[in-house]
Amino acid sequence: MAEALGVVAESLAGDRARAARTVLDQVVLPGEELLLPEQEDAEGPGGAGERPLRLNAGTRSRGRVVCGPGLRRCGDRLLVTKCGRLRHKEPGGSSGGGVYWVDSQQKRYVPVKGDHVIGIVTAKSGDIFKVDVGGSEPASLSYLAFEGATKRNRPNVQVGDLIYGQFVVANKDMEPEMVCIDSCGRASGMGVIGQDGLLFKVTLGLIRKLLAPDCEILQEVGKLYPLEIVFGMNGRIWVKAKTIQQTLILANILEACEHMTADQRKQIFSRLAES
Amino acid sequence: MEGAMQADAKIRSESGTESGPRGPACSLRHFACEQNLLSRPDGSASFLQGVAEKSRERLIRNTCEAVVLGTLHPRTSITVVLQVISDAGSLLACCLNAACMALVDAGVPMRALFCGVTCALNSDGTLVLDPTAKQEKEARAILTFALDSVERKLLMSTTKGLYSDAELQQCLAAAQAASQHVFRFYRESLQRRYSKS
Repeated sequence: MAEALGVVAESLAGDRARAARTVLDQVVLPGEELLLPEQEDAEGPGGAGERPLRLNAGTRSRGRVVCGPGLRRCGDRLLVTKCGRLRHKEPGGSSGGGVYWVDSQQKRYVPVKGDHVIGIVTAKSGDIFKVDVGGSEPASLSYLAFEGATKRNRPNVQVGDLIYGQFVVANKDMEPEMVCIDSCGRASGMGVIGQDGLLFKVTLGLIRKLLAPDCEILQEVGKLYPLEIVFGMNGRIWVKAKTIQQTLILANILEACEHMTADQRKQIFSRLAES
Repeated sequence: MEGAMQADAKIRSESGTESGPRGPACSLRHFACEQNLLSRPDGSASFLQGVAEKSRERLIRNTCEAVVLGTLHPRTSITVVLQVISDAGSLLACCLNAACMALVDAGVPMRALFCGVTCALNSDGTLVLDPTAKQEKEARAILTFALDSVERKLLMSTTKGLYSDAELQQCLAAAQAASQHVFRFYRESLQRRYSKS
C-alpha cells in the first residue's frame, strides 16, 4: 500500500526523479534522476521520518549500491549522464545493493583500469613504449612488463606492432599505463600479437555483446572457419584465418553482427558454410 | 532590451560591422580560411565569411560547455563539427539540436539535454515559433533560446530586433512549452535507436 502511494507521489512531481527499479532495462536520458530503493520509502506521502512497517524487510538490502558507467552520484540520488538502457546486477555475496549502470552504444573508448585492450605501438622512447589505445592520450608500456623480460633480455617490440595488454593505471588525471603480464607475472595471452591477420574497429557495445557469456556468435563463427581472434575492450578486434579471403569474410560478418537479427545471421552462416 | 537579462543582441546597421574590401566593384565581406585542421578526415577546411558566424559558434560552444561534464575529461578537447546542409529558417536552433544529439551519440557525459527554439515577433505583435526563412526576414524581432531538459531552464539566449520586456517573457514561456515537444522527440528517437539492438 505504501509502495503504491509512493509511486503516485513521484508521478505527480513530474518526471523529476523515478525509482531506479521501475526503469530497469528502459532507455534513460542524460539529466534524469533516479531514486535508490532506500529513498523510495522516505519519499512517500508520509513525509520524512515516517517509515512504513515492512513485513518483508529482509528483501530490501541496505548495503552499498555501486554506481557504474553512465551514472553519477548527485546528493543521495543517481544522475544519468549517458543515454542507454539502465541495467542492474544483484549482489552475489554479502555486499548489499548491487550495481547499477547504463548500457550505452558508443564508439569512443575511455581507458578503464583492468580492461584488456589492443594497442598499436607508436613510439619507443628509452624504456617506455607509447601505445595508441584509442583514448585521448597514448598509454605507456614499460619494456619490463612482458613475461620473462629483464634488463638484458628485452622483448622484441617494434613501432607498428599490435599489443594485447591490460591497464594498471587508468583514470582521468593521469596518463594510462598498461602491462602485458598479470599479477602473477604470467602472460596469459597478452603480449605482442603475431604476424598477419586483420585489425578492425567496431563499437564498444558490440564487443561487450560478443564477449557476453551467453553469446553464440563466436561459436557459430568458429564452426565456420578455424580462426584466431582477439577482442580489445577499446573496440578493436584482430582476426586471422587460413586465407586472406576467409579473414575478410569473418571481419565483415563481425562488423555486420551489430545490425543483424539472429535469423539473418543464421542464414548468412548457412550460406557461407555451403560455399 | 535593457534590463538585467543577458541577451546577445545583434543589431545590424546599414553600414555593417565587418571589415574587408569595400571598393566600388567588390562588395564582399571579410574572408578567413584555414585548411587541414582536422586530422582524422582526409580533408577539412574552415571558411569564415563575415563576423556573425564566429558569434554563432561561440553561442553553441557556451551552451555545450554548460551541459557537458568536462571535469570527467580533463586535458581533452571535444570538437563539435556542424555542417549546414540547407537553411530553411531557425538555423541556430537546428544547430543546437544537432549538437545535443551528436554529443549524446558520442557518449559524452552530460548533466542534461538541451534544445534550441526560435521565436519570431511580427510587427503586429504575433508570435511565431520555429519561423521559416521568409518569416524570419519579415519579423520585427527574432529570439533564439537554448533550454535544458531538467527544469526547462534558460541556458542561452540571443536576440535580434526590437521587442519589449513583456514580449520577451511571452516568447520565453512559449519556447519553454515548445521545448517539451523537442525533448519528447529526442526520447522517441533515442528509444527507437536502442530498440534495434
